[in-house]
Amino acid sequence: MKIIIPVKRVLDPYTQARVNKQTQQVDLSNAKMAMNPFCEIAVEEALTLKESGSASETIAVSIGTDKTVDTLRTALAMGVDRAIFIKTDSELDLQPLHVAKILANIINREEAELVIMGKQAVDNDNNQTGQMLSGLIDYSLGTFISKFDLSSDASSVEVSREIDSGIETRKLNLPAIVTVDLRLNEPRYASLPNIMKARSKPLETIELSSLGIDTAPRIKVVSVEESGTKDRASKQISSAEELFTELNQMGVL
Amino acid sequence: MSALILIELNGSEVSANSRAAITAATQLSDTIDALVLTNDASNGSSVSALAGINTVKMIVDDSLENANVEVASKLIADVMSGYGYLISGSSTFSKNILPRVGALLDVQPISDVCEIKSNNTFVRPLYAGNVMATVETSDEIIVMTVRATAFEHSGDGGSASVETISSSMPGSNSEFISLQESESERPELTTAERIVSGGRGLGSKENFTLIEQLADKLDAAIGASRAAVDAGFISNDYQVGQTGKVVAPKLYLAVGISGAIQHLAGMKDSQVIVVINNDPDAPMSRMADLVWQVDLFDALNELNAYQV
Repeated sequence: MKIIIPVKRVLDPYTQARVNKQTQQVDLSNAKMAMNPFCEIAVEEALTLKESGSASETIAVSIGTDKTVDTLRTALAMGVDRAIFIKTDSELDLQPLHVAKILANIINREEAELVIMGKQAVDNDNNQTGQMLSGLIDYSLGTFISKFDLSSDASSVEVSREIDSGIETRKLNLPAIVTVDLRLNEPRYASLPNIMKARSKPLETIELSSLGIDTAPRIKVVSVEESGTKDRASKQISSAEELFTELNQMGVL
Repeated sequence: MSALILIELNGSEVSANSRAAITAATQLSDTIDALVLTNDASNGSSVSALAGINTVKMIVDDSLENANVEVASKLIADVMSGYGYLISGSSTFSKNILPRVGALLDVQPISDVCEIKSNNTFVRPLYAGNVMATVETSDEIIVMTVRATAFEHSGDGGSASVETISSSMPGSNSEFISLQESESERPELTTAERIVSGGRGLGSKENFTLIEQLADKLDAAIGASRAAVDAGFISNDYQVGQTGKVVAPKLYLAVGISGAIQHLAGMKDSQVIVVINNDPDAPMSRMADLVWQVDLFDALNELNAYQV
């Protein structure tokens, strides 16, 4: 069983996003970048399957400019077998529909039976790509999963999904796509020897333009503005009585 | 252009986020229909009573009780002809299904709309809500989810006609096994007027019952930080934040939560924020209207004993 793990390079999640008012874009020029945390969880799950002998090969895929290779090297250093880099000329505004079409192309080419990916990227927070991919290639779909159990004959997987009302369990016949939630596992760190080893692992580059996929934007970003948390007056209180008095005055009880 | 609302049911009740979707649709279209996928034809009555709905379209089949997303998305895509909008409230229900519908229709859905600027221009959050983007779509069918905290929840008072669509059920390669629902007598987290939320500072599942006592005293819902859920103090459906639930109650009382940006993203629009924490430098404290810097157990014991 071949596993494809799409990974995305994003602004480090512990860094505050800053807007460049001139370009009306989030300024990433000198920002610290990292692999999307949900993608790290996806990589970890794929590696666990490989180590248990259930998977024959793990392949990380990412799309972007040359810097995206850093993210693929991170996946390789974590332990993924090989990487596919879909190279774009400039910072194209690729939207989930485009990304899903590109991934569909690669999955068909590789004949991968399982796709493990993050449920969302913490930059655009769309939470769409896995779902859209499953629609395009008609794979069964399990979103927001916090538990993953492959059947002994590797023909299906039982997943637990974190949904608003609790935990839902479903059986997905392969081929399947799962999108992972935070509590599926604890991703490993790449060790120094593995970071060195990753440099010699296979990384194939494919020009996006060679795939013949329509990447005309469907959505145009008109403007962006920072809307971070605003500091409040923060009145200090020191007793339950004081708290209840204040809350009564504010009319929120 | 007509709008179709994908209704989310909680049992036979229409969810609050579906009511928000109706309010959003009224800003976009004069003709609003509702689509219900269900195993129980009688569920049409609560939907037809919603104000502002023209026709309720029902697809009824035993297999739709816990519908497979592959089936649901195909059924929805097939009824979209003639509609310019497909709208649902943001939830794990809609986020599971709508993007797949989008792919089947070859359109780019828009997630978590917070404001409608025009019939094709919307405001939505990026970077855990730290950036708001105004986006304009060129798709002919606009598929979107809307934040239930950003739109009024439309009420009842309508009497829409109900039309049953006979669809043959598409095949599916997945099956429902079970649903482990959290049962609670307390108000529902996303619509509650008051929320008492606990973090890692509580230290254990047993200690988290102090949060529950205070919530009961205030007739409040319970919330939690990711750290509290990860530590097993409480189940995942109580998590507030970027990847959990987004809330905007009148009162958000945070106990032992330091305030990671991912948590703040889920509650920063609360009207009054109270922070109980012994760390004066916690990011949470800067957002607070009221701060009680104290050992949280002392505070909880005092609050729970206090005669209102």
